[in-house]
Amino acid sequence: MADVSRVRRQLPTSPWLFAAPGLLVVGVFVLYPFASTVINSFTDRRTLIPGHFVGFANFRELWHDDMFWTGLRNSTLYILGVVPALVVLPLLLALLVQKNIPGITFFRSAFYTPVVASIVVVGLIWVWLLDERGLVNSLLETIGVGQIGFLSDQWLLLLSAMAVTVWKGLGYYMIIYLAALASVPCELHEAASVDGAGAVRRFFTVTVPAVRSTMVLVGALSSVAAFKVFSEVYLMAGPSGGPAGEDTTLVMLVQRTGTGLTGRVGYASALSVVVFVVTVALMLLVLRADRKEDA
Amino acid sequence: MSVIERTRPVQEAAVREPRITDEHGRRIRVWELVLRYTLLLIVLAITVGPFVWQLSTSLKGPTEDIYSSPPTFLPEHPTLHNYKRVADTIPVWDYAFNSLKVATANVVTNCVGSALAGYALARLRYRGRRVATLVFILAMLVPVEGIIIAQFTTMRELGLNNTLIGVVLPGCIGAMNVLLMRNAFLNLPYEIEEAAFVDGANVWQRFLRIALPSVKGTIAVVAIFAFMGAWDDFLWPLIVLSDPSRFTLTIGLNYLHGTFANDERLVAAGTVIAVAPLIALFACLQRYFFRGVGEGAVKG
Repeated sequence: MADVSRVRRQLPTSPWLFAAPGLLVVGVFVLYPFASTVINSFTDRRTLIPGHFVGFANFRELWHDDMFWTGLRNSTLYILGVVPALVVLPLLLALLVQKNIPGITFFRSAFYTPVVASIVVVGLIWVWLLDERGLVNSLLETIGVGQIGFLSDQWLLLLSAMAVTVWKGLGYYMIIYLAALASVPCELHEAASVDGAGAVRRFFTVTVPAVRSTMVLVGALSSVAAFKVFSEVYLMAGPSGGPAGEDTTLVMLVQRTGTGLTGRVGYASALSVVVFVVTVALMLLVLRADRKEDA
Repeated sequence: MSVIERTRPVQEAAVREPRITDEHGRRIRVWELVLRYTLLLIVLAITVGPFVWQLSTSLKGPTEDIYSSPPTFLPEHPTLHNYKRVADTIPVWDYAFNSLKVATANVVTNCVGSALAGYALARLRYRGRRVATLVFILAMLVPVEGIIIAQFTTMRELGLNNTLIGVVLPGCIGAMNVLLMRNAFLNLPYEIEEAAFVDGANVWQRFLRIALPSVKGTIAVVAIFAFMGAWDDFLWPLIVLSDPSRFTLTIGLNYLHGTFANDERLVAAGTVIAVAPLIALFACLQRYFFRGVGEGAVKG
């Protein structure tokens, strides 16, 4: 009844007036570009030259492009390096800041600071810290380890960039875990400790099972983000991707090939399609793993 | 608000009894406290230390050795000389102003656009509502990194590449913000609006006078994340802006780093300028920052 009169009293156009700006923006700048990325991936379009349909030529070229495999390798390695650390470390951090001891809110906020900073600021801070003559190396020299070329070796560069990603993400996932931990009933911990379980034992038998779905969520969020890594590596290894471009990631390759006046839009779109497919596959994989463990 | 939140636990612990207890009222042993604070201080050094080191570098004068081993953490003669130099090297204040313009525009469009669309999805009845909701859900799932090339060509077609409007437009009404607002409106009790409806309030009046004031918290979250997102963004402005006079702060810093990479004091001063406003914002409004993480994670 109420529903019928509501429809009559509001102008028929007003819902669309409300939704129009949002639909327009999302349509023109998200969904249309998405569709045109898929279409362009089958053309040889360039920035200034409209393309022709070329079938799967771009994808065949990808298959034989060493740089593509380098990018795919680095982006995949990034997942393997970053995700375990971002699933485990913020959980430990959340346990550390969970108890309301004096000053703890200060620590919680302080640990969140890297999340607030721009990735450019974070990247440049670490470029300076890991410089041959920067703070980390001068500390290493003081304790007698000697200089390490974090930013000149291909693998050390990638590892350093991963460390920076983890460093920047810690606080964010810590907050997510804190919310999850707050809903763990404390009776469980009490019962376990009455039974004589120590802190480590309780962590594995009470805490981990209770926040397991949050761990899956963090794993999903961080693996999708890790695969699309751009800024950290771009800033630390440089626009060309480190020594001989060996640190190039997939999104860096998209940016390098597709932009500027000579950009190969078609080829970069094919690369983008690979980014989509892997991203969606990752999400499905993680969700599936979650469901299986539930069953 | 945030000040109260920050001090409350300290007061409670101090007032109730002299010894320190955890949230269940059990006493925490001294060795455990010592261990906890030691770990907290170590993590503090790792997370905040790099910012302090950057600040310290930016304050060191041209004669002071910034490469010394062991390192010196406090500048001997703190000076703002590097901040003056960075402004002489790149138009850093213009870049900061550009960033401010982009971020402010992003806040306004996101708050207005997502509140309107969110209200339409949550409260109004019309044909195609479910389709409209689906459109926003699909848009949220599209990874930005995968469509930047097409966004760039779209921007070229519109003649808006290399403008600040071009920087703002693609994210000016985020699909995720629309869905956040939708959820906020859905969580409001319907009765109040129904009462206003019976009293003859039309849809705009109900939206502006009743629904909107009840979701201020979510709007604050949207505003803060819109500001932070625009101020910190790197990949998109890097692609769309090519004229150095129109750079935002992050692109300007990248340019500064690429051109004057060996002048660490200069780059340090630039990064401090870029990060200080956000740290100040965070210090004042941290409640909303944390709330946004929770709401964003549930959605994402």
